[in-house]
Amino acid sequence: MTSDLIYICAGSGLVGLALYRLSTCRDMLLRVLSLNVLAVGVAMLFLASARHAGITDAVPQAFVLTGIVVLVAVTAALLALAERVDGQDDE
Amino acid sequence: MSDISLLVLLPLLASVGAAATPRASELWGLPATALTAVLALWLTLDVLQDGAREVAIGGWAAPLGIVFVADGLAALMLLMTSGVGIVVAIQATSWGVWPSSAGSEEAASLRAGFWPLWLATLGAMNALFLSGDLFNIYVAFEILGLTAVGLTALSGTRSALRAAFDYLSAGLAGSLMLLLGVALAYSAIGRVDLEAVPMLAETITRRIALALLVTGLAVKAALFPLHFWMPAAHSSAAPVASALLSALVVKGALYVILRISIEGGAGMEAVRFALAIMGAGAMLWGAWGALRATRLKLLVAQSTIAQIGLIALAIGVAGDSLQQNGLWQAAALLMLSHAFAKAAMFIAVGRIAEELGHDRISGLNRKELRPGAAEFAFAIASVSLIGLPPTAGFIGKWLLIDGLIARGAWIWVALILIGTALSAAYLSRVVSRCLRGGPHIAASAHHPAWSTGDITALGLATSALVLGLASALPLTLLEITVK
Repeated sequence: MTSDLIYICAGSGLVGLALYRLSTCRDMLLRVLSLNVLAVGVAMLFLASARHAGITDAVPQAFVLTGIVVLVAVTAALLALAERVDGQDDE
Repeated sequence: MSDISLLVLLPLLASVGAAATPRASELWGLPATALTAVLALWLTLDVLQDGAREVAIGGWAAPLGIVFVADGLAALMLLMTSGVGIVVAIQATSWGVWPSSAGSEEAASLRAGFWPLWLATLGAMNALFLSGDLFNIYVAFEILGLTAVGLTALSGTRSALRAAFDYLSAGLAGSLMLLLGVALAYSAIGRVDLEAVPMLAETITRRIALALLVTGLAVKAALFPLHFWMPAAHSSAAPVASALLSALVVKGALYVILRISIEGGAGMEAVRFALAIMGAGAMLWGAWGALRATRLKLLVAQSTIAQIGLIALAIGVAGDSLQQNGLWQAAALLMLSHAFAKAAMFIAVGRIAEELGHDRISGLNRKELRPGAAEFAFAIASVSLIGLPPTAGFIGKWLLIDGLIARGAWIWVALILIGTALSAAYLSRVVSRCLRGGPHIAASAHHPAWSTGDITALGLATSALVLGLASALPLTLLEITVK
């Protein structure tokens, strides 16, 4: 029970921190990083919610896996965009 | 393999094909768009004849399988997407994607980028409209988010790239909220299909899940006060891309909000109230932004914020759909009319900017050029957005205000009328400048030559007009639900 609570608290903490950083920061790299932290927090909450009395539900794990794949793709797209924006500084 | 899954599969496969053969991407794009439109029409006729239907793909039921649900609302949205999509696709074939000040080689590479992105957008939107559960909706949103950002960045200017970055990071944050909502919903009720949505209003954890879902969707729909990413993204993209983003992509999130409100029934009253408040705020904020805008594209983008607000307000005040008061049908009709009118408007603005060489509103009074077909299309689209008869926008607003008066909800009636007056005010900033004759026009002034942009913009604007005369058809379609 307590270990479940730790995961839930840590997950919510990560989500809160990431949302705070995301809304206050203009630097592109920091925003990419905070989005990744946000995703980790969401995944943690997801996995914590999947554990009920020692039995693990497979469906949330499948959801998290899909989320990770999506996150990798979006992070790559964000970094590519950030690089293009920086590359056009001279214009 | 059923024809329903083809609606998703065909555009996605064609998108891969177009990406693999960049030189022939148009040859993939136009037939695939046309074929998808035919499939959507076919499905609509089927739904009209035999009623709504569900398909579990590969025989797998929820929660592991993917279930597609095609009812009247989904069919109408599919038709809207295909209808706007095919006209914008025609526009994209002849025009390139960007007015051809750039070298032809650059235009060719833009065109090669446009078709795979558009086809994937089409597939993702179709998947979104057909999805019967929240997790598939999340997946469809992720595809849609990535392709929409690609469309934004297509013009390659620094402002467009920066807007695309902001769009993608806001969209990803919205998606993660959505995912968190799905996670909480699953842990609370053990299922994610849309029919389980009413159960989300019961306990406090479930309500948090619901709030997260709606917040995520509001970011994606650019609903005030979560619209911050949107004006820059829609106004700095290439005109064809802006038309798709503003007319269609934001409708995806609005559709899911409407779906949640319909499925949720009586328990969603708090969500609907929040939507109505946010919608009213969006109408006023968007109108204020549009009145202050100095550039034509920014004005149109700000007007999208106001129009999204009106639709959200309509969803919010519609109440429980089981009461059959016809108000949510008004919201669907407003979505339909906005899609056609806004696509027409962005293409017309692209044409006007191409003729003038700039898109400053103060520079619309021209000495040597008379207004042409693009300005006419803009005016018709304005009539539809303001909601004057006989357009679909008028029918939607009429149904809405009629229902609200019957219920005695005068405050909402007043807000809608104020929003309407403001939209007339900011759109007439453009229309009046185009209509004004007088001594400032030189005697030798000529009309601009016709081009594809004029024809497609006029076609879309006329469709928005004709939809009002033929609005019995969408309303019949909306009557068809699963239950």
